Amino acid sequence: MPRLIDTNGLPVVNPWQVVPKDATLDTALALDGALLVPAALWNAHKAELQQSGRKLGVWLDSGESADLIVDDLATLPLVALNFPGFMDGRSYSTAAILRTHHNYQGELRAIGDVLRDQLFYLKRCGFTTFDLKDTVKLEDAQKALGDFTTNYQSTVEEPLPLFLRR
Amino acid sequence: MYRYDQYDHQMLQDRIEQFRDQTRRFLAGELESSQFLPLRLQNGLYIQRLAPMLRVCIPYGCLSSRQLRKVAAISRKYDKGYAHFSTRQNVQFNWPQLPEVPEILAELAEVEMHAIQTSGNCIRNTTTDQFAGVAPDQIDDSRPWCELIRQWSTFHPEFLYLPRKFKIAVCGTERDQAATLVHDIGLYLKKDENGELGFQVLVGGGLGRTPMIGQVIREFLPWRHLLTYLNSIVRLYNQEGRRDNKYKARIKILVKDMGIDQYRERVELDWQHGKDGPGTLTSEEVERCKRYFVDPPYETLEDSDADVENLLRSDVLFTQWMERNVNAHKQSGYRIVTLCLKAAGSPPGDLSAEQMEFVADLADRFGFGELRVSREQNLVLTDVRLRDLPALHAALKQQHLATPYVGLLNDIICCPGGDYCSLANAKSIPIAEAIQRRFDDFEVQHNIGEISLNISGCMNACGHHHVGNIGILGVDKKGEEFYQIALGGAANREASLGKVLGPSFAQEEIPDVVDKILQVYLRRREGRERFIDTFNRIGLEPFKEHVYAQAD
Repeated sequence: MPRLIDTNGLPVVNPWQVVPKDATLDTALALDGALLVPAALWNAHKAELQQSGRKLGVWLDSGESADLIVDDLATLPLVALNFPGFMDGRSYSTAAILRTHHNYQGELRAIGDVLRDQLFYLKRCGFTTFDLKDTVKLEDAQKALGDFTTNYQSTVEEPLPLFLRR
Repeated sequence: MYRYDQYDHQMLQDRIEQFRDQTRRFLAGELESSQFLPLRLQNGLYIQRLAPMLRVCIPYGCLSSRQLRKVAAISRKYDKGYAHFSTRQNVQFNWPQLPEVPEILAELAEVEMHAIQTSGNCIRNTTTDQFAGVAPDQIDDSRPWCELIRQWSTFHPEFLYLPRKFKIAVCGTERDQAATLVHDIGLYLKKDENGELGFQVLVGGGLGRTPMIGQVIREFLPWRHLLTYLNSIVRLYNQEGRRDNKYKARIKILVKDMGIDQYRERVELDWQHGKDGPGTLTSEEVERCKRYFVDPPYETLEDSDADVENLLRSDVLFTQWMERNVNAHKQSGYRIVTLCLKAAGSPPGDLSAEQMEFVADLADRFGFGELRVSREQNLVLTDVRLRDLPALHAALKQQHLATPYVGLLNDIICCPGGDYCSLANAKSIPIAEAIQRRFDDFEVQHNIGEISLNISGCMNACGHHHVGNIGILGVDKKGEEFYQIALGGAANREASLGKVLGPSFAQEEIPDVVDKILQVYLRRREGRERFIDTFNRIGLEPFKEHVYAQAD
């Protein structure tokens, strides 16, 4: 059953394999499908990875800076940000920075401890796909993405704060 | 005060539905305790020693009589008929039942109240001086700015899972009764040399385990940049604040480790992207917010009253009350009146439902239906006609709310402590009561003069003990409750952190120890020097010597 949804809560086919942080170039390339590569491996073996002809994206762990991949953002179709625990909120800021400082236009995916009650806020920070934990019911997730009808502040999803829309 | 429009109402309704569903899922076993924890905290709900505790927000201390009546009604219907006003301009219920909390929130919403972000690792209620808008020494009214920050920080999607809690204070008065310097971010309204309004921005203040005074990150921030600059400060904290140790997770530790200069530089780098962006405040929006805080329809009045003058010659209680609980007002013929919630025998900051309704009636009768809640855990009627003071005083006496101790020893700031709180190491309410009973005499209080005594039941410092002239901290020593005393703290613009006197004391020793401290002060003070000034002049040593002197 697909566990990946978009901002409308609709299931998305997921061809991507998350390459673990401790993978080597060889173990990464031994995996099937499109590869979602950790930032360190990406920076160490960018050329080899690109020569492999595989479809490539990069994931940043919580606490890893967007600066690590800033030169490649124009060509990356997918960047994923990890939530090692749902209480770790660093990736919300990384998402906002990727979108607003670096104008990243591609898919931005939340991976890791992605639960129902974070989805609305993730969407507001510019995430476009959500790799849900097994415990989250799909219909709950769809509902969660509409938890609030509007919001006060300037966000990635709605740059105009409420005071300019009131 | 601020009134909700359809957007504010809608967001509050959305929030209640969200929390109703979260509570339902938790009670149905669909949500683990650890997953429910931050969700309930962000709705003000703690699991306490005896029952849950619900902390309700009083935004920057502004409360209408209608809202106070609702708090009273809720305390009767869902609680034990009283509520506790905290040091952060919140009000707490100590005995609600978890399944009923969504209903309580729905009732609060009827009067535009909520418990949003009153706890948890997020941006909390923005606080300010309780005299904002009426103080004669005001640079600018802080309330509209607090409201703008409230809206920016409410459900800010980026900042709901910060490393730790985050508190902002805004101050527009010279006196500063908001303890602005010991907040994660402190904002002092000021004008630059061209008369433009803005803020001095301080960062990295805080109490708790490692108390610190905030440092200036920006000497002058023009008002229109307020929200984008705050965004950059909090973003850097969200990214870099420590998450491995909750005792080192506040922004003060990050600022200290990084150094204020580097923190400033990194905020600047981020801010270059947000500055002048869509989050920049417009004069239209500021004017819109300011319209909610225009003066009530004041009468044109003389600043003197014959009846008041007569009473000042004949009525000692009235005179004492005028001296301590009544403050000057920017408007001629009006006064600011503080209702002292510190009568001995009642926990500091507690009010019964009956008292709350009584106060709400007084606010309608004497104060345009509005009140303030102070950091000192008192209530304030901000706009009372001078000529109404005798009638108001007579009324307050009936409900034990005219205790003339504001700013004196018995005006104790005190957390709920071990009687309620599961974090506490020790009780604090009985300590406050023992001190209050020991010194419950106006002549004694008045002779000691201006002083602050703060009590916290643990290192979390909800009683702000670090910034009390006398600070008392409950500590656990091998399972027994002891109390450490510090002297010399202050919470105003000259904020300082108290210095620990020495080894801690047993509960029953505290009134004697306080007495000894006061003896040293009274002996050594010069003229009408305040306690804090004497302390700053003579230092800790004379107090230490006297308190720990061996009995002959």
